[in-house]
Amino acid sequence: MAEKILMKGNEAIAISAIRNGVDGYFGYPITPQSEVMETLMKEKPWETTGMVVLQAESETSSINMLYGGASCGKKVMTSSSSPGVSLMCEGISYIAGAELPCVVVDVMRGGPGLGTIQPSQSDYNQIVKGGGHGDYHNIVIAPASAQDMYDFVDWGFELAFKYRNPVVVLADGIIGQMMEKVEMHPMKPRRTAEEILRDAPWAVTGKPASRERHIITSLSLDADIQEQFNIKLKEKYAMIEANEVRFSEYMTGDAEYIFVAFGCSSRICEAVVDELRAEGIKAGLLRPITLYPFPSGEIARLAAQAKSMMSIELNLGQMVHDVRLAVNGACPVGFYGRQGGNIYTPEEIVAEFKKFNGLA
Amino acid sequence: MKEEIIIAGFGGQGVLSMGKILAYSGIMQDLEVTWMPSYGPEMRGGTANVCVILSDKKIGSPIVTKYDTAVILNQQSLDKFEKTVKPGGWLIYDPSGITRHPERKDINICSINAIEGAARTGNSKVYNMVVLGALLKVNPLVTLENVEKGLGKCIPARYSSLIPLNKAAIEDGMEHAEIINRA
Repeated sequence: MAEKILMKGNEAIAISAIRNGVDGYFGYPITPQSEVMETLMKEKPWETTGMVVLQAESETSSINMLYGGASCGKKVMTSSSSPGVSLMCEGISYIAGAELPCVVVDVMRGGPGLGTIQPSQSDYNQIVKGGGHGDYHNIVIAPASAQDMYDFVDWGFELAFKYRNPVVVLADGIIGQMMEKVEMHPMKPRRTAEEILRDAPWAVTGKPASRERHIITSLSLDADIQEQFNIKLKEKYAMIEANEVRFSEYMTGDAEYIFVAFGCSSRICEAVVDELRAEGIKAGLLRPITLYPFPSGEIARLAAQAKSMMSIELNLGQMVHDVRLAVNGACPVGFYGRQGGNIYTPEEIVAEFKKFNGLA
Repeated sequence: MKEEIIIAGFGGQGVLSMGKILAYSGIMQDLEVTWMPSYGPEMRGGTANVCVILSDKKIGSPIVTKYDTAVILNQQSLDKFEKTVKPGGWLIYDPSGITRHPERKDINICSINAIEGAARTGNSKVYNMVVLGALLKVNPLVTLENVEKGLGKCIPARYSSLIPLNKAAIEDGMEHAEIINRA
């Protein structure tokens, strides 16, 4: 059996990067995710796997280092928290426009502005709806445990290379700072030059006489060519929406009341469901694991059996709009949230649930 | 079995590392564990606390408001957490520096003077292990054998010579834990 190690979500990201053959990490420290780079610096993977770890002078710089590394077909990643990710958004748009794979970890904190350093989910709109300019999507995956943090690095790169698209691991301060046991999977070596040619035939790897040059760019001065590219992106997003939706459910089988929550909030809502079930109220939880693509189909299916749904988020109400679109009027949709880095307790959510459903 | 524990005191008392050792001991006992620290600005020169949950089932919410056991190492934490202990639960506290002692009669209370314990053991840095010893004496959540394994996981290999000292501190805490109220 694989060894189980007690570690923070942030540490799990770092260890997973080393063990899954990542070629380069470029970052800039910010609470609550500084342990990612701290752990990488402590582990010194450049001495073992050859992985590059570099503290850039800013987040703008680190995302453009990803742009460069990804252009060469390398597995490159960064991590930051809300204000730092805002600085990266221009670069993420360029990477989406150049159709390059990379993984960005965002351990959200309270905002807007410099905000607080405590946990928040207030960057749902920013990350799920794009963040940078232009018609594009990030693939967004939302971990809810330290094990997820470990597993989602590898899954993130799988998706990023499959679709040549940036993947954002959208976590929060709780998932980053909490320690849980993490099971290690066998090491994956970094890709060889031959494997990069095979897996990323589009990469700029030095042009031999035998092929045309590869050009990586997000610039097109011809409106018709740009439009064709936008339509090609749309087809790619349709494929992602058809193939990559992931969610998990807790006690939804006979549920009359459905909670929708992601990340740390889904953990807290499990306790809410347990409490309500103990009172004889048939509650259940849907946890979107992919935020883009969003599990709209499953939410619509559950809406048909539900008396009501409630979206629980550490923000002023962002994902609730996607829930409402999916429910499409089939049942009432409520919302409860806390902001600024404050976290709801299960008891608080139970009380708000009863108020919304007239059960108090 | 599910035990929700809050450990709270000043930064520097070893609150977070005591929680980590307890959590790792839980893993050695095949339990599910979460370790959730306060990492807000209050950590910087002020109070620190960590919530550790040990359970034989998958743990849902890592955030709780009522605790089965509270380990309290300063006055601010006593003021904040005494009321959060579930009736019949345990409050373990260090009376040094405490001006208002715990008053509840519906919880079990154990006192441990861990400064004296650490002095007896000969190293002030094992203060938190004396406290852990008192906790394990009155509420044996994990076996001593698994605590020793947990210590081995938490202490870097180059400092493994310090494990006997930590063990001695735990034993001192077990010996000097004083039960002052029974619910």
